[in-house]
Amino acid sequence: MTAITLPYPFDLVFMQRALIASLAVGVFAPMIGTFLVQKRMSLIGDGIGHIAFAGVGAGILAGGATGHLALPMALAFAVVGALGVEWLRAKRKASGDLALALFFYSGIALGVVLVSVGGGLNASVLTYLFGQPLTVNATEVRVIVALGVVIVAVMLAFRRVLFSVVTDEEWSRVAGLPVGFANTVLAVVTACAVVAAMKVVGILLIAAMMVLPVASGQVIARSFRGTMRWAVAISVASVIAGLAASRIWGLAPGGTIVLITAGVFAVLALAKRSSAPRLPLPVDVPGEQEA
Amino acid sequence: MAEAVAEAASAPEAPLLEAEGVTFAYGRTPVLEGVDLSIRPGEFVALVGPNGSGKSTLLRVLLGSLPAASGRVRLFGEPPEHVGDRGRLGYVPQRPILASEVPATVAEIVATGRLSRSGWWRPLRPADRDAVGHALTSVGLEGLADHPVNQLSGGQQQRAFIARAFASEPELLVLDEPIAGVDAESQRRFRDALVHLVVEHGGAVLLVSHELSAVAPDLDRVVVLKRRVLFDGPPSLLTEEGVSLGVHRDDLPLWLEGLR
Repeated sequence: MTAITLPYPFDLVFMQRALIASLAVGVFAPMIGTFLVQKRMSLIGDGIGHIAFAGVGAGILAGGATGHLALPMALAFAVVGALGVEWLRAKRKASGDLALALFFYSGIALGVVLVSVGGGLNASVLTYLFGQPLTVNATEVRVIVALGVVIVAVMLAFRRVLFSVVTDEEWSRVAGLPVGFANTVLAVVTACAVVAAMKVVGILLIAAMMVLPVASGQVIARSFRGTMRWAVAISVASVIAGLAASRIWGLAPGGTIVLITAGVFAVLALAKRSSAPRLPLPVDVPGEQEA
Repeated sequence: MAEAVAEAASAPEAPLLEAEGVTFAYGRTPVLEGVDLSIRPGEFVALVGPNGSGKSTLLRVLLGSLPAASGRVRLFGEPPEHVGDRGRLGYVPQRPILASEVPATVAEIVATGRLSRSGWWRPLRPADRDAVGHALTSVGLEGLADHPVNQLSGGQQQRAFIARAFASEPELLVLDEPIAGVDAESQRRFRDALVHLVVEHGGAVLLVSHELSAVAPDLDRVVVLKRRVLFDGPPSLLTEEGVSLGVHRDDLPLWLEGLR
């Protein structure tokens, strides 16, 4: 990949790779997150991230220090873990919250043990934990973008049934909608997104990119579709600002991006609160009257 | 609605919903014993009974979410779990409000009602948009289509759920304990919407409720359930016989009041 002409701070190849990879994450993470927040599974991204960490540990153990098995193993662990959480939740074996905690802690514990067997924490393991978009190579950029395109396509194709299922699962089941299928698609897509975003924002911050822009979007928007659009817009803007700030001031990029999304939420929430309190509509509203 | 019943009688149509000798128990506790019920096109039927009488369980058995221990259930002539076109059934769940984390507009919620009718994998077509618009109008929410559902009053939210059920143009509408105590305006709109479905579209309604005052004059039949069916007939007959049905007096007032 040769550098295209972009102004500072995106003038160098490594910054452009970081920008493309981060923008891909910035688009698909909040799209998925809008459905996850509505499903009250905001922390699932974090839980799957921890399970993926066990996969990273297994990959390093199986494939050696080059780490070429880390990503495939992380993906396998994440998909199995996501389906496991969903299965526990759907079968009511455990609440969504508890199901998450079970996998979350088992995952991180297994990861720590596997990493210690494989030679202990080193720089490459830390990359997965905290993300390092500035070191992604051309192949990784292609993989992230390709995964992102697939994720966005799946989300758009199934958005209506996904919206129905995450909004009102019981009703959707009676209406004969494919509830199990929709939940499975969402779980698998979430797992793929976590692994795709791992190198960019890191396992510990992936969930933040899924949830924080949505938190901002729902402050501004009045519809589900509007929330998703605002979330993507805020996320993309935060990615650009965060990467620029990290280059200019030498900050950790993943953390900077997430802090900006959190800051955006704080500003929006305060602005909303000071402008107009949220009151339920009065019973007498236009359209209520007899024509 | 009398005409609708007369039509049904002159050309008897197959029941939309039929239960014969349905029995169900949670463990050793019998909940339903030999329940018979049938609902034909154009009928407006209320299912009433005291708390714990098995109303919700019967509903779940009828809709196929619980298997009957014995007996036979037919929805549109088929076992409920085999009904391919679920858009023929409209369902309004028992819930006072929609707990939506993310804002969702009335139109977005109502549009999900089209999924089972038009195919959940297809994009919305003009006919779907028309059906959503018609559903909103028939519950009097056309002016609130773009409002977030969780900013509406309880009665308005309930009508949004009815509109979602209407959007699939159902032949049978099942309502599970719609909330009581909503304002008079919402009660009137609620009643008008159900009558609209029966009169204008020849649909049938099964209303499970404690609170029948808003719709009492429009009912064709009342079914009283207390583990088994104690009464199944026109409301006028029930008010004559009601209190001698072996139901404890204290169990009755709420719904009986509405029928006087």
